[in-house]
Amino acid sequence: MQAFLQQVIFGIQLGSLYALIALGYTLVYGVLRLINFAHGDVFMVGAVVCYYACTRWLPFRNLEAYPDAALANVGLALGVLLLAMAVCAVLGMAIERFAYRPLRNGLQTVDAHFWGMVAALPVAIGAPLPGLPVRAVVWLALGVVFGFLLRPVVSRLARRTVRSSSRLNALITAIGVSFVLEYGGLLVFGADPNFVPTVVPERTFEIPGGIRVGTPQMAILCISLLLMAMLRWIVLHTRRGKAMRAIAFDIEAAKLMGINTDSVIAFTFALGGALAGAGGALVAALTHVKITPLFGLLPGIKAFVAAVLGGPGSIPGAVLGGLLMGLAEAFVAGSQFSAYRDAIAFCILIILLLARPTGLLGQPVTEKV
Amino acid sequence: MIGWAVSRLVGVTVLLTALAFLSNALTESLETYYFLIIIQCGIAATLAVSLNLINGITGQFSIGHAGFYAVGAYVGAAWTMLWRPRLESTLPILSIGSPTGDILNLLIALALGSLAAALTGVVVGTPSLRLRGDYLAILTLGFGEVIRVVLLNIDAVGGARGLTGIPTLVSTGNLAFFWVALVLIAVTVLTRNLMRTTRGLTWLAVREDEMAADAMGVNTTRVKVTAFVIGSGFAGAAGVLYAHFFTGISPDIFGMDVSIMITTMVVLAGTGSVTGAIIAGIVLTALPEAFRFLKDYRMLIFSTTLIIIMLTRPQGILGHSELGFGSFFRLYRRLSGLRRTSSA
Amino acid sequence: MEPLLEVKSVTKYFGGLAAVANIDLAIREGELVGLIGPNGAGKTTVFNLLTGVYVPNDGTICFAGRVINGAKPHRVAALGIARTFQNIRLFKTLSVLENVKVAANLRASSSFLASVFLPPSQQREDAVIERECMDLLDRLGLKDLADAPSVSLPYGLQRRLEIARALATKPRLLLLDEPGAGMNPHEKTELMDLIRQIRQDFGLTVLLIEHDMKLVMGICERVYVLDYGEIIAEGTPEEISRDPKVIAAYLGVGDE
Repeated sequence: MQAFLQQVIFGIQLGSLYALIALGYTLVYGVLRLINFAHGDVFMVGAVVCYYACTRWLPFRNLEAYPDAALANVGLALGVLLLAMAVCAVLGMAIERFAYRPLRNGLQTVDAHFWGMVAALPVAIGAPLPGLPVRAVVWLALGVVFGFLLRPVVSRLARRTVRSSSRLNALITAIGVSFVLEYGGLLVFGADPNFVPTVVPERTFEIPGGIRVGTPQMAILCISLLLMAMLRWIVLHTRRGKAMRAIAFDIEAAKLMGINTDSVIAFTFALGGALAGAGGALVAALTHVKITPLFGLLPGIKAFVAAVLGGPGSIPGAVLGGLLMGLAEAFVAGSQFSAYRDAIAFCILIILLLARPTGLLGQPVTEKV
Repeated sequence: MIGWAVSRLVGVTVLLTALAFLSNALTESLETYYFLIIIQCGIAATLAVSLNLINGITGQFSIGHAGFYAVGAYVGAAWTMLWRPRLESTLPILSIGSPTGDILNLLIALALGSLAAALTGVVVGTPSLRLRGDYLAILTLGFGEVIRVVLLNIDAVGGARGLTGIPTLVSTGNLAFFWVALVLIAVTVLTRNLMRTTRGLTWLAVREDEMAADAMGVNTTRVKVTAFVIGSGFAGAAGVLYAHFFTGISPDIFGMDVSIMITTMVVLAGTGSVTGAIIAGIVLTALPEAFRFLKDYRMLIFSTTLIIIMLTRPQGILGHSELGFGSFFRLYRRLSGLRRTSSA
Repeated sequence: MEPLLEVKSVTKYFGGLAAVANIDLAIREGELVGLIGPNGAGKTTVFNLLTGVYVPNDGTICFAGRVINGAKPHRVAALGIARTFQNIRLFKTLSVLENVKVAANLRASSSFLASVFLPPSQQREDAVIERECMDLLDRLGLKDLADAPSVSLPYGLQRRLEIARALATKPRLLLLDEPGAGMNPHEKTELMDLIRQIRQDFGLTVLLIEHDMKLVMGICERVYVLDYGEIIAEGTPEEISRDPKVIAAYLGVGDE
């Protein structure tokens, strides 16, 4: 019983993280019917930002040497969380703007600037430059230059492009974006795993029944719940949220009603990105997992399964799916099949897609003939 | 009928002999490094053409092809390393070391490997192919990973370490190129011949509009599963060749990135184009070698290229068309025509 | 005489909603019957039930003396029911001829292996199919466009190609789903001639969904009227056009 409850707690912790990421999938799927395969990598970027912030950018003090720095560190840690969310929100918007929007509306000459930034990336990373800030400045400057150089090429391409609304093309583009983030991350971050040291005091409580609960677990759960509540409020009670729901219902009709769909879609990506960034930062700072540029892939896929489990497009579904996913994984990890821990997500996915392709809370759709 | 059979037989014999000679010549004359690249290209092209049958021709988007490649490799290697030795004492013909023994065992491994991969294809394909588009894609990705994790957990085939020291049956008698080319030609000819018949058109019809094809009497389920099974079978054969050439396999080398790489080849070339798939398979395998100095940037460049292709030419570089001498001629005419108009 | 197609109290639900409720149809061999009704009345659902796209929740569909509900669309096609689609569903990247060949392949007998090894028998069979299809295209006036990509055809000819494709399955019953949609009056007259002619040439039974009353009245011998998923009237075009229930369904009932 005790072991069982311990698994439940572990499962809930894991599940709330999956739910955070799954929300990003579900939001995007809801408005665009697009599987944003790169979402798991946005989560990874959140963790990487957290790593840099905790080890280099922000003046965290070693808790063992300065026990009274605890409060200051907690404050900084909240700053890290916000920073990761902001970076990932911007990243989410950038991905949408430069990969998915051209797919939706056709390539535009302005998109050249994105490709300029991408082209400048290897140069900025490869060049022998001192320190990250210098690199960043060089990257931005080169990116702008490259962008202007690419303008004529892109405008030429844009004119002869056949637009395709195929969801598969969107998926392949998403996979491409995912690879760009992973291998770009590999260049910046290196392939060696890093982990965030303990920056906030961690304590473990024993609650009646002999179950141990750590402050990190509680923090993950509380912050996740808070963020989910905020998301719910945004979606249900703000103008933007209403516009999102309108687009999810019928994008063409929303357009005709004067909703600026592009800006709302960008906002959706920003929301999803922020949630994934928060998830990444929480995982990195509080569970001290090894961070590698590829580590977003698996949680990403599991969260995707969670989103499908709850019914893509459904926000409560994503939370429910995330928790179920976390619990399922916790139990498999605690059983004699622990080697199959990572396969459980796929097994659930396979069974689910075959049995009820629209998810637990999703609406069935039939093809119009 | 008899005339046809004889001419086919003669044709195949001539082809086999020519390939064997070519294989010998290449092995003798090429540096090992370049030879390895050629073999890798051949295997990659086989994988691309076999996936093209599923993705390009019947339009059922699968991105878990590495799973079937893995099944072939493991089953083939299991024959040579685990099952064959047990039968060897009773059937001495199965011992390796002599050219005939090696070739016989390789043929058995090829048969078992592709059969096992094809069977896996039935198991995966029959339920999955009810789904379409991105859901099918994700599902096949899932199956590919499950296959890999299962292999990871079978101790008999080495778990995470995999199998090493697989006898290089493929290289016996300098025939490595021969076998790789043979499998590639087999899957290519199969596709091309099929596309010349009305039956082939029904496969394309499934890609274009499944419901309309169904209404026109095409058994769409059967078409899709057949394509899936044949594609998987050939991926399995490629796996057997890989295992018996590179001598070591582990679950790592059949990961999601390999699946996505094969998919990239098919998509980049233009879904449905067989020649495109071959070229993409070769280019995407050889290019990274040529650009070794870009080592860390390779995958970044690939993925960026993939996105750009999707944004600018979603039907792939060749689209649905095939590359032949005729298209070079047309290209030349177009180019010279362009030059004339621009100078005017 | 036993009707060629007999639909007995067929019902189809979507969610809790009956798209088609308890309908009966009987079509004799050689008839040309119209199925009309306001938008959303369930006409296309009837076609989907007849061709096996949907399985009815209740009732039976008999074709040529066999119960066909639950049969897959390709089985139904093989039994001799062919259809066209309301929103044209051609195989876009295939040529005109290839579109027709796909449907003609229904009667091909060669095995899969034959299509891989291409023995003479396979080549002969393909040649026969090609000849038949060219013949069919000739009769429908599409012969000159045989090699054109089907998507490049003008709208009216795409509709015509859909009919050609359906005919290539050699059906006994042809279901036409709004064949005249989007056509101008001149094209519609041509279409009426075409329908009459193919019916005669191929000895077909035809059931067609149509909005254009003129077209329906011009060629149909008998008309069923569907409203809210139910058959509300049946009879000759003249009878139908005088039926108060039909008039009410189309024009709405007044307030009084």
